[in-house]
Amino acid sequence: MRSVPKHLEVSIWRGDSAGGYFEDFQVPAQKNQTILDVVSWIQQNEDATLSYRYACRVGMCGSCAMMVNGVPRWTCRTHVNKAMKGNRLEVAPLRNMPVIKDLATDMDVFFDKWVKAEGVHHPSKTREDVIEPITGDNIERAKANAGIECINCAVCYAACDTVRGNPNYLGPAALQRAWTVYNDVKDAGKRAVLAAVSGRDGCHNCHTQGSCTLYCPNDLDPMGAIAGLKRATIAAAFKKEVG
Amino acid sequence: MLNLRLYLVQRMSAMIMAPLVLGHIVVMIYANRGGLSTGEILGRTQGSVFWATYYGVFVAVVSLHAAIGLRVILAETTGLKGPALGVFTWGFCLATLLLGGHAVWAVVAP
Repeated sequence: MRSVPKHLEVSIWRGDSAGGYFEDFQVPAQKNQTILDVVSWIQQNEDATLSYRYACRVGMCGSCAMMVNGVPRWTCRTHVNKAMKGNRLEVAPLRNMPVIKDLATDMDVFFDKWVKAEGVHHPSKTREDVIEPITGDNIERAKANAGIECINCAVCYAACDTVRGNPNYLGPAALQRAWTVYNDVKDAGKRAVLAAVSGRDGCHNCHTQGSCTLYCPNDLDPMGAIAGLKRATIAAAFKKEVG
Repeated sequence: MLNLRLYLVQRMSAMIMAPLVLGHIVVMIYANRGGLSTGEILGRTQGSVFWATYYGVFVAVVSLHAAIGLRVILAETTGLKGPALGVFTWGFCLATLLLGGHAVWAVVAP
């Protein structure tokens, strides 16, 4: 059985969008300890000015993601032992987004892209219409179901090297949402979705590197969703529906 | 940087290039193993509509494919965008087309 060290050597990024530095802390080690526990301990016991973001602590709200030893992770569900290198942890704000302060990033650009990708519901019925039953064996429903557990944590977005190279690229989360909406049989905006993801910064910029799928904490497959969008847009282009 | 049209052009040019590259390799091996001299090869290509079309199409799709690929690399590594990116893309495409076309003409001109 692995021995538990008395202390963890933790480097926390301090600063804002203008720049910053890593500050070192020693944190008492516990047998069961998440990365968020470590950050919270520092904030509560060492420096109350440390800024970070979290809410549910159970992997549902998607607000606590950070870079841990260079890897984007949901910190409330990441055990220290899983991320630690030797006895060291380096915790930094999520990549590809501007920093507000310390470990808290400005996620506006991330969520704005969901809207740009038409990842919104386009109603096909009015409130007077009868609710249409959709059975579980519906093929489109199965494709939509594959992406609906996204918790908007932006881990995939932070992992994406295409976003790094082109900050305007819509990114894996927004495109997966667009694919989910496209496959929703109750959605009436399929052409709008395909048009939105076919632009200069849309799904065709994806290099299929797969970091999004590799790091998604919910084991979703944004890369597969983007591939689906590519196929759907090409089929629509040959029918002259987009392009 | 890469919209649906550019993506389609790049993928379709790749689909056309693939069999042409394989055909080119087969012809090279045939010419090599058969011991054909330069004069004998030129004797077969000069005035040939088939070889002019074969390598003419090859040059055209390579020009498009390479220009779009380099456009992406340049944009992602240097941040170049806007009209300058378009000038580079289509300038490179035209230059490759002219150089490749010149080379094809040199072996198929009657």
